[in-house]
Amino acid sequence: MQAFTLTQPSNIQSAVAAASEPQTKYIAGGTDLLQLAKDDIETPRQLVDLEPLPMSGIHAGPNGLRLEALARMSDVAAHPAVVHGWPVLSQALLASASPQIRNMATVGGNLLQRTRCGYFRDTGFACNKRVPGSGCPAINGENRMHAILGVSDHCIATNPGDMAVAMMVLDAELELIGRNGTRKVAIGDFHRLPADTPHIETILRPGELITGIAIPASAAARRSGYLKVRDRASFEFAVVSAAVALDMDGGTIRSARVAAGGVGTKPWRLPEVEAALTGKPARAATLQEAAGRAGEGAKTTAMNAFKLVLLRRAVLRALQTVAA
Amino acid sequence: MAMIGQPLDRIDGRAKVTGAAKYAAEFRVPNAVHAVLVQSTIAAGSITGFDLKEASDMPGVLAIITPNNAGKLTHPENVPQAVAGPLLQNKDILFNGQHVALVVAETLEQAQSAASAVRLTYTRGEAATSMDAMLGQAYPPKHFRNGARPPDTSRGNADESFATGAVKMDATYVTPIEHHNPMEPHATIAAWDGDRVTVWTATQGISGVQSTLAGQFGIDKANVRAICPYVGAGFGSKGNTWPPATLAALAARTVRRPVKLVLSRSQMYTSNGYRPRTVQKLKIAAAADGALLSMRHDGFSSMSRPSLGEFAEPVALATEMLYACPNVAVTHRLVALNAALPTYMRAPGEASGVYALESAMDEMAVALKMDPIAFRLKNYAETDPHENKPFASKALRACYEQGARAFGWEKRSAEPRSMRDGNILIGWGFATSTYPTNRMPSAVKIRMEKDARVVLQCGTQDIGTGTYTVMTQVAADTLGIPMHHIRFELGDSNMPPGPVSGGSMTVASVSPSVQAACRALLDKIKDRAVAQPGWGGQSRDGLQLRDGQVVGIGQQISLATLLEHGPIEAEAKTQPGDEKKEFSMHAFGAQFAEVRVDPDLGEIRVSRYVGAFDGGNILNAKTARSQLIGGITYGIGMALHEETLVDQETGRIVNTNVAEYLMPVNADVPDIQTIIVPNDDKNSNPLGVKGIGELPMVGVAAAIANAVYHATGVRVRKVPIRIEDVL
Ligand SMILES: Cc1cc2nc3c(=O)[nH]c(=O)nc-3n(C[C@H](O)[C@H](O)[C@H](O)COP(=O)(O)OP(=O)(O)OC[C@H]3O[C@@H](n4cnc5c(N)ncnc54)[C@H](O)[C@@H]3O)c2cc1C
Ligand code: SF4
Repeated sequence: MQAFTLTQPSNIQSAVAAASEPQTKYIAGGTDLLQLAKDDIETPRQLVDLEPLPMSGIHAGPNGLRLEALARMSDVAAHPAVVHGWPVLSQALLASASPQIRNMATVGGNLLQRTRCGYFRDTGFACNKRVPGSGCPAINGENRMHAILGVSDHCIATNPGDMAVAMMVLDAELELIGRNGTRKVAIGDFHRLPADTPHIETILRPGELITGIAIPASAAARRSGYLKVRDRASFEFAVVSAAVALDMDGGTIRSARVAAGGVGTKPWRLPEVEAALTGKPARAATLQEAAGRAGEGAKTTAMNAFKLVLLRRAVLRALQTVAA
Repeated sequence: MAMIGQPLDRIDGRAKVTGAAKYAAEFRVPNAVHAVLVQSTIAAGSITGFDLKEASDMPGVLAIITPNNAGKLTHPENVPQAVAGPLLQNKDILFNGQHVALVVAETLEQAQSAASAVRLTYTRGEAATSMDAMLGQAYPPKHFRNGARPPDTSRGNADESFATGAVKMDATYVTPIEHHNPMEPHATIAAWDGDRVTVWTATQGISGVQSTLAGQFGIDKANVRAICPYVGAGFGSKGNTWPPATLAALAARTVRRPVKLVLSRSQMYTSNGYRPRTVQKLKIAAAADGALLSMRHDGFSSMSRPSLGEFAEPVALATEMLYACPNVAVTHRLVALNAALPTYMRAPGEASGVYALESAMDEMAVALKMDPIAFRLKNYAETDPHENKPFASKALRACYEQGARAFGWEKRSAEPRSMRDGNILIGWGFATSTYPTNRMPSAVKIRMEKDARVVLQCGTQDIGTGTYTVMTQVAADTLGIPMHHIRFELGDSNMPPGPVSGGSMTVASVSPSVQAACRALLDKIKDRAVAQPGWGGQSRDGLQLRDGQVVGIGQQISLATLLEHGPIEAEAKTQPGDEKKEFSMHAFGAQFAEVRVDPDLGEIRVSRYVGAFDGGNILNAKTARSQLIGGITYGIGMALHEETLVDQETGRIVNTNVAEYLMPVNADVPDIQTIIVPNDDKNSNPLGVKGIGELPMVGVAAAIANAVYHATGVRVRKVPIRIEDVL
């Protein structure tokens, strides 16, 4: 770990101002950043502590949900309105990390957690994401947990988060503030594909702060669920996960939202599956056929080829559960 | 009431949960500074130079020790232990993650920061990183079992008789590299005073630390003091004295200040051994009635470059003795790689070996269409078939019976995929467990203070297993005084020596000396009594100690009065006798696992578990159960979770943290039923114990793998079994 200074801003404006210094990072719960800093993966010279900012509210109303960026994962997961109105979100959060980590970690930090790729997290290896141009040893290495969708010749690292996958089926919108003011961006546009710049992971500009996440209320959000498949029963990142939200009219699917985790270089929406469900009766054969389309364009390795099979089965199981 | 056998709480429990128990890194040594290791990022080659400019200019830095300036250690031949390096004595790089420098600074943060600023240049050599690619160059170990026996043995003719079998199997099983990952990292504080050094170090063997450091620094053993009152688990990783302990002492000598060196979790993956990867080839043949005709077990285990030492995983020892089979051949081979030196890990040999053996036995039972337990009973060894000796004791049959009854084994339908709960496949699997009973010499000092309280001392360790507690129980029963009047002290090499806490032998080795020391003390108390005026006619042997009184015929005197003349001290040493020549000494057990497998998603969970064990006499039913459920949990990890991943291109480990090196969490562990089959093995040692630290994990992985086969019909011949193996 390198020495750094800690700045404790008194309001959002001074936080953003402090973050205009080079080599600055915000720190929220610190559950990811501190580990990365200890291992010299992140080497900030200044940390701007978000903890003092009054930015941890959870506001639920008839039209939607607004999570302030410092809301704790555990608080959001347990909030009765979330459990009832956005079950996929609560389930995804409860399937994430451990209770101890969820008590510390914030929803803003969660969106920016970095990949678990073991090559990335060890300075003893080359890695295009950490040192652009140094190479990607994972492509021919230990890549069982790596992505099969959105991969490039430069990086195949999985986006490890669960919450963002749930947000992909909820039309979540992030609220950002930077030196030049505020803007909003859809969750689906927030993360970037690695292409030939895997070190640039989101559209966030230097010093820009996430202030909140807005999630509309809907029938589909109420009828939603999250399935996470993993090697051990708890406290593990997804091998594959599936988020589903269905708007049903009796036995017919009016519209469907389906996304997957553990398989993409970013939280991955599955429009091919959604299209095959829209307007169809929620019969076993329909679900089966639709789930079978998941993973269009997948590019697998010998170690992670099973993920494509597993993805389809996980999507099917999630569809069956939510449609039932 | 006798204390031995009671389910007593551990007496150090309160100190541990309140933080009062001091672990090696927690001792406050005045003026201490901090050392941080720098490790290589290539697997083979040599160091051509260091660029220390930036690092040495950083605040607080006191020294950067490299092979260029490190103090010389004496020749490793003076050192009793098996770890020859890396000790910064030369510039060769033999594995990725090897220690190449040590940064010493005033604070931990300064040392860490400077350590990451150390730059070095290498010439790269050719690294061997793939065991499978090197299998053809396997070689026999030179010091197998420290020379106690050859690596290859046979009886009858395994190869010829194999051909005559009605039913046969021939398969290869693979187990991965596993790391111990004890909660407490390796830590040493070293402080010199002239040519005397004191080390507070996390170890399973303070005597080994003492003799290793004495040898390496060329000083007298009496000038090394090793202190370790508590160990935050070791599982074998703290059995040897690994280079970081030596390097802490070397650094302390260099900067002339006490030095503390604590490894990071990540550094522990290349600093203190691991369970080597094994490739095991099994060939078994039986007659149509299930009688075994031939067994062949060829074991290969991965190794470091030979110059670092030697460790061979003794995978096939159980195959020699577990079943009555006339023709058996076993071999052990090493495959040298550019990797760190492997070492003992909980149930070394048996954990990996019995996994393969008991998986193979399950395959045979399936092929023979026999119940797996009936097949074992058909080949039950009444005496040790390899050594041709009676077992000191063996209650394995009772383990099978009691375990099967508790599990409900008779309700099992033999066909794979025949048991379900809705969509979920249910599998029931079984395996035998065994582990040798070991014992080493030990010595104990005892002293009764003037207030009639007793202190015992032995330079043994409590690695979390309950040594403090059970030794106090043994002393209480032998002396006939309450436990709270007794204090058992350990973990200081100034005390009489005890053996390394490994091989499940602490209780078997130390408790006889505790008992003997207590008896010697009682004799001295009685001697003092008969020396009292008016006691002339009494014989010592006729006296009794009761409620604080020494009682003779028509006479009694209180201990308090006797102790007015001063405290009473005694000492005892005990050692194994000829029992090993006469008997084959082993513990046994039966492992039963139920798994639930989601046939679509491939998730495998252990849903029920029963283990029945013959561990000899059980001194404390509660600490014993803790060992049993801990061992079974360790086995669940071996079956389904644990695996160290090595990048084949660079020989560097990819998952050096406990987020990506999976081990079971609570949600993976069902309610475990443990059964202790009563036995008292006085043929093996005076307390009749067998050792239960390693036994409970042996066979667990096989029982689970066999259950996965029963659930899914898929025979997976490697661990950990993953989702994709059963999809
Ligand atoms: C062992 C382990 C297991 C885990 N398992 C899972 C899992 O199964 N599923 C899962 O989804 N996650 C998992 N996680 C990740 C965990 O959810 C994240 O570490 C956590 O959500 C990060 O939140 P934080 O508040 O601690 O962020 P920090 O660590 O404080 O920050 C993370 C990053 O976000 C930036 N940041 C934080 N807040 C803001 C903001 N408001 N605006 C702009 N930038 C910001 C920081 O600068 C930093 O770069 C696991 C983590 C660990 C350590
Ligand atoms: S997959 Fe991406 S993060 Fe992993 S090593 Fe390759 S470039 Fe780095």
